[in-house]
Amino acid sequence: MTALLEVQDLTVSIPSRFGEFTAVDQLSLNVLAGEIHGVVGESGAGKSTVGSAIIGLLESPAHISAGSIRLQGDELTALGDEDYHRLRGNRISMIFQDPQTSLNPLLTIADQLVETIQQHRRIGDREARQLAMELLAETGIENAEQRLDDYPHQFSGGMRQRVVIALALCTNPELIIADEPTTALDVSVQKQILGLIRNLAEQRKVGFLLITHDIGVIAEITDRVTVLQHGKVVETGPTAAVLGTPQETYTRALMAAVPRLDTRLERFRNIVTEDKRIDGESRWAVDGASAAYASNWLLGGDKVARHHTAAVGRSTERPDNALLRVDNLDVSFGAHNRWFSKKSGFKALSDVSLHLHRGEVLGIVGESGSGKSTLAKVVVGLVSSSDGTMQFNGATLPDGRHRPRSHLARRQIQMVFQDPYSSLNNRRTVEAILTEPLLFYKLAAKGPDTRKLVASVLELVEMPQRAMLKYPHQFSGGQRQRIAVARALMARPDFLICDEPTSALDVSIQAQILNLLKDLQSNFGLTILFISHNLAVVRQMADRVVVLRRGEVVESARSEDFFNAPQADYSQQLLRETPSLDLLGSPG
Amino acid sequence: MHSGMLTFIARRLLQSVFVMLAVSLIAFSLFRFVGDPVAQMVGQETSLEDQARIRDSLGLNEPITTQFLTFAGNLATGDFGYSYRTRQPISEMILDRLPATVELGIVSLIISLLVGIPAGIYTALHRGGVLANTLLISTLVGVSIPTFVIGIFLIFVFGVQLGWLPTFGRGDVVALGWWKTNFLTLDGLRSLLLPAITLGVYQLTLTMRLVRSEMQDVMKSDFIKFATARGINRRSIHFNHALRNTLVPVITIIGLQFGGIIAFSIVTESVFQWPGLGLLFLDSIRYVDIPVMSVYLVLIALMFVVINLLVDLLYVAIDPRVRSRSEAS
Repeated sequence: MTALLEVQDLTVSIPSRFGEFTAVDQLSLNVLAGEIHGVVGESGAGKSTVGSAIIGLLESPAHISAGSIRLQGDELTALGDEDYHRLRGNRISMIFQDPQTSLNPLLTIADQLVETIQQHRRIGDREARQLAMELLAETGIENAEQRLDDYPHQFSGGMRQRVVIALALCTNPELIIADEPTTALDVSVQKQILGLIRNLAEQRKVGFLLITHDIGVIAEITDRVTVLQHGKVVETGPTAAVLGTPQETYTRALMAAVPRLDTRLERFRNIVTEDKRIDGESRWAVDGASAAYASNWLLGGDKVARHHTAAVGRSTERPDNALLRVDNLDVSFGAHNRWFSKKSGFKALSDVSLHLHRGEVLGIVGESGSGKSTLAKVVVGLVSSSDGTMQFNGATLPDGRHRPRSHLARRQIQMVFQDPYSSLNNRRTVEAILTEPLLFYKLAAKGPDTRKLVASVLELVEMPQRAMLKYPHQFSGGQRQRIAVARALMARPDFLICDEPTSALDVSIQAQILNLLKDLQSNFGLTILFISHNLAVVRQMADRVVVLRRGEVVESARSEDFFNAPQADYSQQLLRETPSLDLLGSPG
Repeated sequence: MHSGMLTFIARRLLQSVFVMLAVSLIAFSLFRFVGDPVAQMVGQETSLEDQARIRDSLGLNEPITTQFLTFAGNLATGDFGYSYRTRQPISEMILDRLPATVELGIVSLIISLLVGIPAGIYTALHRGGVLANTLLISTLVGVSIPTFVIGIFLIFVFGVQLGWLPTFGRGDVVALGWWKTNFLTLDGLRSLLLPAITLGVYQLTLTMRLVRSEMQDVMKSDFIKFATARGINRRSIHFNHALRNTLVPVITIIGLQFGGIIAFSIVTESVFQWPGLGLLFLDSIRYVDIPVMSVYLVLIALMFVVINLLVDLLYVAIDPRVRSRSEAS
């Protein structure tokens, strides 16, 4: 059987002032009709560029400098602009990552579907509408007839992605390029969308090129997979073979870095050297600064002795003597009572109780909208609660509105945010960013000592000391997240809240950051509230797990118990829907 | 939908009432406290008894709050009082001048939109093109030169040197009831052209640059990429998909611009001796005609409030997301 899509020696170059950058280097791959072919790699591997090249939408100045792309034997690279545009939608279509932004907000679903259908087929309005309705029904939208005239914002994220798929499908293309089609979705929705893609491939014999960074997704639905690194093919073949018995070092390392749902690793293997590129620079150091100095500073001089509580076997089930204790917490947003309207508001958290002992890591899991981040914000004092109490270190912890800036807990509770690109001020040097907590919390007076501390803490998070002279934008995502962790440490916290600290990062970088957090936790007995939608990541970190759903606690259990035998139906469903990595065999 | 929309409108109207009250308070203070109203009304030889009588008949001896309430009540019922200078009812003077300014404003707004929006689209779609760059640079010149210089320049070229167009006044007007219009005679239209262009140049540049930057942002968005990937034709992508989304924020600015055009037509009206509100306002300042000034102030504020309300309603009509948000609240 000849391939639907044959890509041979495809090379994409991007000319720049500093010479030509090769984004994709002699890449070859085939997609058969009815097959789902995965393209996997970390950011910068050139995955999306491959997709854009195939559909002819490379953004200038990127261009195909060599190789061929054949669709059913037709050479595409030779096509002119207009011919290529006629082919789009008609023979190749595309699904984008974020369903929130890939639909025109001002046009109804029917407008967008009918326009696309009529663009490629000469049929009347009524027929096109009928076809649109059937497609919506086929992609799993209930009451398709009534929903046709709705606007995109009236659909939920998963439903929107179904509409996007209907749009990609409405012209009967032979090939669909799906660029991270489920990355913005919750696991349960992801499962449904992946199932839909599988069905379409089988029933309509559409070929799919599925581009993703998520090994779980690849393992779940692709037939074959191509692993990319730096624009080059590392390995390609049937998914089970490539993921199960990887031949190349890079693939093996990549697999090892993926957090597994079924086991807890003490440490991840460090696979990437790229993040350490900065090491090549001339050695620059502040006098006397060292990781040991930072450790001493963090451990010593604290009024409350930090117990090294590595043993998890203690009685953490009971809330007595907990470092943080939250009782019957309610938070609602948008409740108001104005002249013309009364509103009870949206309940982000209701009746949430939990506790956390010193030295313990509590994982909070849940889908989007479950109130995970709200919980973090309430504890750290960014959002006020509407009911319930909090206790920290034995004393009442006032909510955000009543917690003055001078309150001790403002220092003791520190936070690491999800997106390291927006959580650091790009206009300030790393030194200024890291010095601020010292001065603000009056932990040190300005002077040579603060500089030594900053350098030492950088060393502690495995960054070169020289980093303090630079600005955040000069660092990669992983390095920025290290800086964010360092900033939290500068306050000498008792308690760290990590809100999705690795979900913006590549798997290899994620592994490094998780290693770092594990080290800090065991060396300093830090107490961590670890929030993530990714159950596998939580398994690696947490001693205990709390499952949130629509603002309510569904289950609260010891981590091992939870992952081995979840009690609540919802927990079981969550675990079931998380893509399985059984293909990979046991981690080595 | 209806109850949501009605509360939305009701809430906006209530806010507008507060804005108008605040402005009329300022106007009242201007009227009452900038100089003594009686002293400005009477001549030198008016006796003190007569002055006291006038003061009493004007209600200036009442408590301040009563005076303000009377003032605001009069304004609300359309009783604007009398001008110090001409002794005419101010409402008559305003109605006499209003058509000239409104017509000038509308024509210059139309000019700025008719040229500004297409030019904005063109420069957004042909980045770095020769014509696009020429447009950008020439409008930059337009926005950098003060309005009165542009006016005088236009008068010099088209009025004096070429002799094509009249340089001052409204020319022949046709009365439709109390509304005198320029639109129905050739001379009136010719007279309108130069001042309208002068007034419109600045707005034109703003509109063009705003449309350009919004359009560029929209063209980078995912839904445009997706539409391209579905093979939708370019014309529809540009005008149906991109332009609509571009216009959502542009409408607000254009609405406020129209307020600006009317409020700040003063300079243009002065250069072209255009007998509109702006000129009336200038004359009032020259003769310290405070009642006219305060009424002008209130009217301009009223206009801004009304335009803002209309812009909000337009928003609701264009953007389905705003529609459902206002229904929800």
